[in-house]
Amino acid sequence: MNPLQLCLAISSLLFCIGLAGALTRANAILVLLGVELMLNAANLNLVAFWRYGPDPEAATGVVFVLFSVAVAAAEAAVGLALVIAIHRHRRSVRLPEANVLKG
Amino acid sequence: MNLALLLVAIPLLGAAAVAMLLRNLIHSALLLVGSWAGVAAFYLWAGAEFAAFAQVLVYVGAVSMVVLFAVLLTRQGDALPPRDPSALRRAFAGLVAAGAVAAVLLKAVAATPLGADRAPSAAPALAVKQLGLRLLGDHAASLLAVGVILTVALLGAVVIASVDKPEDRA
Repeated sequence: MNPLQLCLAISSLLFCIGLAGALTRANAILVLLGVELMLNAANLNLVAFWRYGPDPEAATGVVFVLFSVAVAAAEAAVGLALVIAIHRHRRSVRLPEANVLKG
Repeated sequence: MNLALLLVAIPLLGAAAVAMLLRNLIHSALLLVGSWAGVAAFYLWAGAEFAAFAQVLVYVGAVSMVVLFAVLLTRQGDALPPRDPSALRRAFAGLVAAGAVAAVLLKAVAATPLGADRAPSAAPALAVKQLGLRLLGDHAASLLAVGVILTVALLGAVVIASVDKPEDRA
């Protein structure tokens, strides 16, 4: 297994850890943290391909990662604000209890 | 070189896995901070120092603070939440789904001939000055758009999380 495959395997495992957390946990904040782990795994992939890919433009991979980090941070802020707003109205952030629209 | 990568990767994956398993939310958030620092260490190993700096500044610095604030503002006392009866079924289904995705991804990574014919070259030499020139030259429009996204997102987060009507304060 060459180093690029090892890096991709690590990022795949991190993605699946985040996926397991996002699917399994009941607390909305932990679901958001699982999504953040998935985004970090995608960034690991970008840096791995930047490191081992052909090198015409040495900055593109890192620029991609910077934009991804910035947008992920904005998404985390908005998601956690939504969690706080839900907690204010329902005094609970557990997802199985957030079923007001359930038919 | 692979040894250094494994030394970075095993604490990273271990901290992330334990963070997703714990019931105490603050412990989960702190372990996840360690996991994000591990991701920054990976960027340093790969030679992307500016990306590591941005990762530490944004995730370990800012996002972790926002997460801890959200955890502290949504606490329901010190008692751990009661175990949902359907939690075990949901946990099993989630783990099976994640395991299936992991199997597919790892099989795809192992089976693809990725750069096997090219020797592992040295890291691309990227000076911060060159990165800055690219960001403000070729990617200036994207940079401005990301600035607008961040402004709008944070303003929206403040508006959503703030108290606007007296009856919200129940």
